[in-house]
Amino acid sequence: MNLDGIVSAALNSSLGRTVAAKAGFPAATELRRGDALPGGPIVLATVEPTDSAHPDRLVADALGALGVEAQPAIVDTPDTRTTDAGGRQRPPAYPGRIGAVVVDATGADRVGQLEQVRAVLRPAIKALEPSGRVLIVAGDPATASEVETAAVRQALDGIMRSVGKELRAGATSNLVQLADGTTAAELAQVLRFGLSGRSAYVDGQPFVLAEGAHDQVTAEGRIVVVTGAARGIGAAIAHRFAADGARVVGVDVPIAGQALAQVANEVHGTALQLDITVPDAGERIARHVVERYGPDARIDVIVHCAGILRDKMLVNLDEQRWGAVLAVNLAAQLRINESLLEPDRPGGIADGARIVAIASTSGWAGNKGQTNYAASKAGVMGMVRALADRLTGRGIVVNGVAPGFIETDMTASIPVIDREIFRRSSSLLQGGRPVDVAEAIVFLADPATPMNGQVLRVCGQLIVGR
Amino acid sequence: MAELRNAVIVGSNRVPFGKVGGAYAAATNIDLLTAAIDGLVARFGLAGERLGEVGAGAVLKHSRDFNLTREAVLSSALSNTTPAYDVGQACATSLTAAVQLSNRIRVGQLDVAIAGGVDSASDSPVAVSDRLRKALIRLNAAKTPLDKAKTLATVRPADLAPEVPRAAERRTGLNMGQHQALTTAQWGITRQAQDELAAASHHNLAAAWDAGFFDDLVTPYLGLTRDQSLRPDTSVEKLAKLRPVFGDGPDASMTAGNSTPLSDGAATVLVAEEGWARARNLPVLARIVDAETAAVDYVLGGEGLLMAPVHATARLLARNGLALQDFDFYEIHEAFASTVLCALAAWESDDYCRDVLGLDAALGSIDRAKLNVHGSSLAAGHPFAATGARILGTLAKMLADKGPGSRGLISVCAAGGQGLVAIVEAC
Repeated sequence: MNLDGIVSAALNSSLGRTVAAKAGFPAATELRRGDALPGGPIVLATVEPTDSAHPDRLVADALGALGVEAQPAIVDTPDTRTTDAGGRQRPPAYPGRIGAVVVDATGADRVGQLEQVRAVLRPAIKALEPSGRVLIVAGDPATASEVETAAVRQALDGIMRSVGKELRAGATSNLVQLADGTTAAELAQVLRFGLSGRSAYVDGQPFVLAEGAHDQVTAEGRIVVVTGAARGIGAAIAHRFAADGARVVGVDVPIAGQALAQVANEVHGTALQLDITVPDAGERIARHVVERYGPDARIDVIVHCAGILRDKMLVNLDEQRWGAVLAVNLAAQLRINESLLEPDRPGGIADGARIVAIASTSGWAGNKGQTNYAASKAGVMGMVRALADRLTGRGIVVNGVAPGFIETDMTASIPVIDREIFRRSSSLLQGGRPVDVAEAIVFLADPATPMNGQVLRVCGQLIVGR
Repeated sequence: MAELRNAVIVGSNRVPFGKVGGAYAAATNIDLLTAAIDGLVARFGLAGERLGEVGAGAVLKHSRDFNLTREAVLSSALSNTTPAYDVGQACATSLTAAVQLSNRIRVGQLDVAIAGGVDSASDSPVAVSDRLRKALIRLNAAKTPLDKAKTLATVRPADLAPEVPRAAERRTGLNMGQHQALTTAQWGITRQAQDELAAASHHNLAAAWDAGFFDDLVTPYLGLTRDQSLRPDTSVEKLAKLRPVFGDGPDASMTAGNSTPLSDGAATVLVAEEGWARARNLPVLARIVDAETAAVDYVLGGEGLLMAPVHATARLLARNGLALQDFDFYEIHEAFASTVLCALAAWESDDYCRDVLGLDAALGSIDRAKLNVHGSSLAAGHPFAATGARILGTLAKMLADKGPGSRGLISVCAAGGQGLVAIVEAC
């Protein structure tokens, strides 16, 4: 048994768990994954609008579209409290566990209304089932017409993040910030993801919605290119898209060919052995698409997942380690996008397509020993925003995903103690799985998802970040 | 007779070739062939599909692997309803399979097929002596314990020595290198010329790897990502220092450096009816125009063991109305550097072409710049049955890159004094 195994076994033994708990490390909960919605009832609480002439049923309609019969929320006010035998005030309690609480804060524009959010969350958090959900829906601070409205909407972000850190047993807290024209169907698409197990490792995250989502089109037969598909997150992405009926082109470096071939065969896709840093990488991807799927074939989704680590403290970092990371993680995908986005290129990126790039929480927060990696991943986030703005005319949507600590071969190379610290630093007290990242990417690649230019963290609320 | 259809080479895949006892020491022929098929399936998106037929074989083959190719198909990502058969023609095995399957496609019996070959010198079948084998058969038939004991008593200690497969000809008792040494001396091939050819093979193969030429021809296996015998930094000077291992006397010139190493590996080629390939938007690289097999009498007739392709080439050119110079590429399997050089010398010899091949004059010389331009067996290694498919897959890509109508000649010598040559043309 290696050191990793010993540490892991020790932490997971009954004595180890007791010691860890005493030391302030509670045990992690197995997360609810997949399409399943919460098991318990979903509670809807609505913040009363100051302007009573503003009836907004958007959130209720969205839940209705999901087939959810929302239950009324229990509200903590001095009137609803009881006094126990010891004379202490007790907040009102739900009769049993609840699966999720959805707070419709679309009508919140005054500081005083935030008390209503506290009043519904207090009993709800107490009753939340394992892997339950807190979802707050509000306006986008960036589009608020008044200063106080912007402040209140931003305050909700602070509430959401702090709640995320207080929740236990795999429950998560997220915020949906609406665009001006968000429809009930669009919101339902986001709520479905947020409530289901597909968002298991997304926590403390605002979903900033954009206008102009496309109608739902069938996922069947979409051509999806995934770089870095041979193993880890990339392989999980390939499998996840294939499960929806996509035709997957797996790309990875030639030396990873055996693993790539296995993934390609498992998903009934095709393998393209390609070093993405070669100058004609984009052309070779396009040629492969044409030579497998026909002269009129275009890429419906491209996922830039290929990435490498060459960690060193900056004082020890030479040009090779610097250059390799920036070449693979950033320069290659800039060049590939440019090539594949040439209008009318056979085998290129289709109008209306979705581009998803993998960033990293290191790109938000920085990380010791990762100046090169953080540079590349922050660069990816810059690329996502800039590209999204420039491609709206062609209906092409660009988003990113920033994984935190995900259990893969790549992160298995991190020293064992650091790895355990990373796991336990997240609000969910554990590392994520490759499929958690894949789920977020499939969500962002869905034409019905009303997001553009966003980078979604899949980190179990590991660190601070947008 | 109905019009023949067009059979085309869609692409190919092989594993990097390993040294004997190297990266694939623990892999079986079935493992290696399965890996080569799986890489091909992944490259062209054929997972779960039923193909017309897979034909492949091995030279060194365990008797339990009588259905080697079918077993590999069952282990692969192809549909289990894909039929398969084993084929064998020594080192020409996979090229023979490609020719056969191409012809079956042309006459309409198949739409798509995989031709391949595999060999593992590391996992070679070790047999028992004939006396022990026969005793064991009797033991199996014996009814009573006493009969069994009597049968066992007939086995002598000497019978227990295993028989390791040797690259020796049964008719002459000479191994292939010893045979080639005779031919090398007959044609006066110099050590210098052999070493130059060997160095060029390594340098050409290394350059092709560096340029990414094999990105869509090879899928790594068991951690091996390049051909294990490849020595990019070898040179004529380094090769000149090696001791001869075949031939006798001061003129012995064949060394481990200018002879192919024992190797492990597998190679496959995807062949399809042209319309089948085009309907699936798959590449259409090249087609096998014609092929000819020859055999020589190396036992009593005085011809060199590995000279059969020279004869086959003369007949193939005549049938197709082509001159030896009408090719853009020549792929002559480097069993030994001197095998290639003897063939070139024979084609250039008026006397030989007239007296032995029955031609009016010499076939002439070829442009050496067109010979084995991305290296061949000396550098890549030579897992016997896999070599033909390696060469065919490589040449098909070279021809497609060169453009429609470009033409290549493949020559593969084989044990038993046989040889297979083929004309391949870009579509």
